[in-house]
Amino acid sequence: MKRVMMVLAVMVASASVVGAQEAEQEGFYLGNGALEDPVLEARAMNLASRLQCPVCQGQSIHASPSPIAQQMKDLIRGQVAEGYTDEQVRAYFVSRYGEWVLLEPKAAGFNLLVYILPALGLLLGAGLIVMMVRRWSAVGAAPTGHDS
Amino acid sequence: MSWKRAGLAMLVGIPVLMLFAYGMSRGDPRLIPSPLVGLPAPGFELPVMAMATTPAGEDVTGEVVRLSDHKGEVVVVNFFASWCVPCRLEHAGLTRTARRYADRGVQFYGIVYQDTPAAIRSYIRQLGGQSYPSLLDPDQRMAIDWGLAGVPETFFVGKDGTVRKKIFSAVTEQELVAEIEALLAEPAPAAMPEATPEVTF
Repeated sequence: MKRVMMVLAVMVASASVVGAQEAEQEGFYLGNGALEDPVLEARAMNLASRLQCPVCQGQSIHASPSPIAQQMKDLIRGQVAEGYTDEQVRAYFVSRYGEWVLLEPKAAGFNLLVYILPALGLLLGAGLIVMMVRRWSAVGAAPTGHDS
Repeated sequence: MSWKRAGLAMLVGIPVLMLFAYGMSRGDPRLIPSPLVGLPAPGFELPVMAMATTPAGEDVTGEVVRLSDHKGEVVVVNFFASWCVPCRLEHAGLTRTARRYADRGVQFYGIVYQDTPAAIRSYIRQLGGQSYPSLLDPDQRMAIDWGLAGVPETFFVGKDGTVRKKIFSAVTEQELVAEIEALLAEPAPAAMPEATPEVTF
């Protein structure tokens, strides 16, 4: 029952996000625009593309058209212009939203699996292929009892 | 052989499914506990929205509110918008609870999220009024600073100035009362912690 309520709550909240997008079309804030320094702007947008937009899951702040993502982009621009390092900008967003906000999880603790598992899978697959090829070639080389 | 294969498939498949389920469960930021809980609340300084446009055509009363004005008090911060459906459900409970605790050192604030003062005014009138001030956060800096992932969200700040709880989606009157009573029962802190600095750019 609790779970059903939770799902319902998420659905209603999602409807609210749609409402926000509609509100945006009615002439809401769409961002300040790029920084004058192209190097700083590139750094800010690189950071924005690695942070998750909180109202549109699976999209980065950079890719999202939502007003809050535009504001976040401006905030990052401000931080970069102010002299924040990339790590400081990331740390600010993590302190507010948690690790979830990072599109690329930190390689520590449970997250290590994300980095280790693909490599492990690749190794296992390669091992399997070598094993199969050996077996097949052994079968091919074995005498069949027929004259060639 | 087939048992062996089935066993192998399960050995590989089950952990993959578990990982998948774990990934899905942590996908919604609204269900993740706020990292701010237990830490000093981020400071804010916002203008109070006027319930009628001033003669000069302004939407603000001229009063500015800071979190630091409420040292030693319990503060309830509710982010809301007129277009948000669950906000309507919680409004009456918020207004009643705010009125009930107004003279007991509990301050409520409604923070307007992605909305216009005109729409908020008609929303409040429609719902029969609001017993606490609405603050305007036009550039959503406070929303970002408080890690907002949608509306409504309600934060409770204890007497010691730390964030004690975040409730996502409509908050009930029982939840409000229970949390406020728990925070009021705490002794007043000897020294206030420094607020998490607000970001000003």
